[in-house]
Amino acid sequence: MARLLAAILLAWLITAGSVAAQADRPLADPTAEHRALALHKELRCLVCQNQAINDSNAELARQLRQIVRERIAAGDSDEKVRRYVVDRYGDWVLMRPPFKWSTALLWLSPALLFALVVAIAIVQVRRKRGTRAEPPLSTEEQRKLDALLSSDDRVRP
Amino acid sequence: MIPELGHFSVILALVVAIVQGTFPLVGTSRRVPSWTAVAQPAALAQAALLAFSFACLTYVYVTSDFSVLNVWQNSHTEKPLLYKISGVWGNHEGSLLLWVLILALFGAAVAGFGRNIPPVLRARVIAVQGLVAVGFLGLLVFMSNPFERVVPAPLEGNGLNPLLQDPGLAFHPPFLYLGYVGFSIAFSFAIAALIDGRVDAAWARWVRPWTLAAWTFLTIGIALGSWWAYYELGWGGWWFWDPVENASFMPWLAGTALLHSAIVVERRDTLKAWTVLLAILTFSLSLLGTFIVRSGVLNSVHAFATDPSRGVFILAFLVIAIGGALTLYASRAAKLAPGGLFAPISREGTLVLNNLLLMAATGTVLLGTMYPLFLDAVTGEKVTVGPPFFNSTFAPLMAPLVILMTIGPMLPWKRGDLSGALARLKFAALLAAITAALTLYVTAGIPPLAVGGIALGTWVVGGALADVAERWGVGRVQWRDVVARAVNTPRAALGAAIAHAGVGVLILGITGSLAWETERLEAMKPGQSVEFAGYTAVFDGARPARGPNYDAIRGTFRIYQDNALIAVMEPETRRFANPPMATTEAAIRPRFGGDIYIAMGESTGDGGFAARLYRKPMIHWIWSGALIMVLGGLLSLSDRRHRVGAPARRAAAAALAPAE
Amino acid sequence: MTWRVLVPLAVFVVLAVALAVGLTLRPREIPSALIGKMAPTFDLAPVKGRATGLSSDDLRAGTPTLVNVFASWCIPCREEHPLLMDLARTGRVLIVGINQRDEPEAAERWLAAFGDPYSRTGADRDGRVSIEWGVYGVPETFVVDGRGCIQYKHISVLTRDVLEREILPRLRGERQVRCDG
Repeated sequence: MARLLAAILLAWLITAGSVAAQADRPLADPTAEHRALALHKELRCLVCQNQAINDSNAELARQLRQIVRERIAAGDSDEKVRRYVVDRYGDWVLMRPPFKWSTALLWLSPALLFALVVAIAIVQVRRKRGTRAEPPLSTEEQRKLDALLSSDDRVRP
Repeated sequence: MIPELGHFSVILALVVAIVQGTFPLVGTSRRVPSWTAVAQPAALAQAALLAFSFACLTYVYVTSDFSVLNVWQNSHTEKPLLYKISGVWGNHEGSLLLWVLILALFGAAVAGFGRNIPPVLRARVIAVQGLVAVGFLGLLVFMSNPFERVVPAPLEGNGLNPLLQDPGLAFHPPFLYLGYVGFSIAFSFAIAALIDGRVDAAWARWVRPWTLAAWTFLTIGIALGSWWAYYELGWGGWWFWDPVENASFMPWLAGTALLHSAIVVERRDTLKAWTVLLAILTFSLSLLGTFIVRSGVLNSVHAFATDPSRGVFILAFLVIAIGGALTLYASRAAKLAPGGLFAPISREGTLVLNNLLLMAATGTVLLGTMYPLFLDAVTGEKVTVGPPFFNSTFAPLMAPLVILMTIGPMLPWKRGDLSGALARLKFAALLAAITAALTLYVTAGIPPLAVGGIALGTWVVGGALADVAERWGVGRVQWRDVVARAVNTPRAALGAAIAHAGVGVLILGITGSLAWETERLEAMKPGQSVEFAGYTAVFDGARPARGPNYDAIRGTFRIYQDNALIAVMEPETRRFANPPMATTEAAIRPRFGGDIYIAMGESTGDGGFAARLYRKPMIHWIWSGALIMVLGGLLSLSDRRHRVGAPARRAAAAALAPAE
Repeated sequence: MTWRVLVPLAVFVVLAVALAVGLTLRPREIPSALIGKMAPTFDLAPVKGRATGLSSDDLRAGTPTLVNVFASWCIPCREEHPLLMDLARTGRVLIVGINQRDEPEAAERWLAAFGDPYSRTGADRDGRVSIEWGVYGVPETFVVDGRGCIQYKHISVLTRDVLEREILPRLRGERQVRCDG
């Protein structure tokens, strides 16, 4: 076990060693760098659990950040940069899933749920309109209410 | 010896839970008083057994007894005492023990303090608590024994994930669990009511304080978690829509809905079936969250080390508990007689609409969280549903809700008139309009959505103020009478207004911090300076430093404003040896205009370092908003009408006791 | 009783089934976007001390090839290495290696210590070629057909089972994916 630990530690040290050469080198042009940062937040880090490449210390994330900068510097549009990464790693890297038939339910769900809310509200209003506005408490209701409230003497009716 | 006692105590607690879950249910339905009477002592005994067991686990952690597998895997002698203790719940087994302990403490609180609850209802509530405990204790005893030994005992432990060695995160799980598990009481009350076939105003009055307490704790837990993410993860973010974050957020949304619909049941004796359903759903979402965190079905930064057999067990438990509860609901809901009618424009009307919107938002979060899994299961396709999806769908659903939450309190029960309510909100509307105009004036080119957010936040804060002013009769009666009214205002009403204002502050914080954030990423060499957001940062270089259980590279940045030195900031990158891991320790300096936030990355190899510099205005409003919500919740809980809520707070204090 | 009270239960049943299926899935394994695509164009110098480097042209020479991505700092690579050695000894499979982000000396020492099953190696010092291949973890293993089309990718350690079930049949030309590149 101790040997395994030592091996893991060693592996980590070596990985960490090669990390140094790959630090972020921001673009000199602030607008371009700004675009790069926005893209970094939209691309998912592959080796991390659930982070954007912007939010990861992982070597691969750092490298992808740099690639995004290179593509931008080479004159690629944001869409082309995304395409570049998707071509290699698939749609999975996009933090914003693309709209297609398999994600239609996902993208439409908020609108559908909202429509459902509106529908329920309309049905309720219709139903209520059928009945007249409620009369004041009946004696029976008043009696029940009093009984309930008297069980809790400190409450004002 | 101590670990064995702890283990034995857990097994005993399982036996007691089985008794607690069965005898009172049979006793109440067959009218056998002696069986019914088992409920209270069983609940108290279960809490005592689990408290003892938890104390045993804490003891072996504090004494670094590495002959216990769990301690060896998650602790280390060099770890500071606080993190030896928080290590108890920094892993699957220990956190599960904390979970059932809190569950048992809530059960015991009902047994010990719920004197005004009818005996039959109380016995049933305790029994359902017992049944829930059986599931989790089963998992603990059969698949996740925290007291398992290692032979021979290793000399040193593996240590705790350094990201978790932080005060914010040390107390995040206990509060989160107090929230999650607190909703079990509402669940148990719902099941008991369904068995009984009766829900009335009194039922709602017993359920409300427990729900409010759980909601308050959950709010604290979520806020602590997001604060931790902000200063510890080193990327300046505070909410990532990670599955585990969503797992805690969904019960919060549903619990918020429950909190409000229970008021309608109490005051108007209507909306009963819906409220019972919400009580079931809220706790079901808590259980689902537990499954997500512990089964590994979804990718998450925070998930525990996973084991598929545990996932199967928890899923089976979920099916029994949630499936059973919903089946019971389907068969009994019709029996819950609908109560008083109300006009669409009335306080009930807005509460219903808000409930629906909250559940639509919950549904969106649920679908977004589970969609990668659904799609993988159906087509094998892998997608990511990340923050851009949630940000662009959640906010539009929240906007109408936020507008309504201010109008609602201004409407009377049963039927109201909208123009009257809006007239009383003139002040809030005016305030929102002025702030929005000011925002546009101050920041040219600010996105319209941000202006909308600012307007909404101000509207909510203004509406809460208007609500209080209305109650106190400000502007309508003599000042002396205002004072008299202020003194007599029910704390629950004041608490609600404060909590609403907290939501407004939170919205302002979120919007402001997003709209006015300045972010700068720079590769800096010693002596180099960089301008950002009106500040000049000078990098003086980095040097090695040593912490109690890590080595660090500590950078020094001098921050100037108008040529005056205003701060010296020292971000670090830390390397821990046990377990081998690197973390980024950002330096944060709160200023009036917002936080200055500097995180230092890796060396560029030529003496330089990659540095991220941010100015984050209004970021603290986010947590201040949450804190205000919590204060509102606590004030409301202290209302005499909620006095059955007192035990919940005491239970909370007891639950935290072993941690201190 | 109306149908409406059954809605929550129905939704939960769907959710539970999905969760049950979810337990059998591996969310961390992302299928390659390059299956059915031509292997990327690259040209790598050999690992220190070897003569033959690796380029995309070598993968289009007509023989199906097993492309293994490895590194000396990768602990799991040691686990699958004997399997690759066995495979190389049979002489029936062409195996090439991409050595990812390694120090030249370390890679050389590693091959000397554990054996060299590769007929060609490419030293991907900066990891850029690996990114072209969509590699995100080491080890990963690709099956490339004789025309240079990527047929299959296995993530993490190779096992004999995966080899027999998924890889060898594809190297023999069975279960081919049509290539559109």
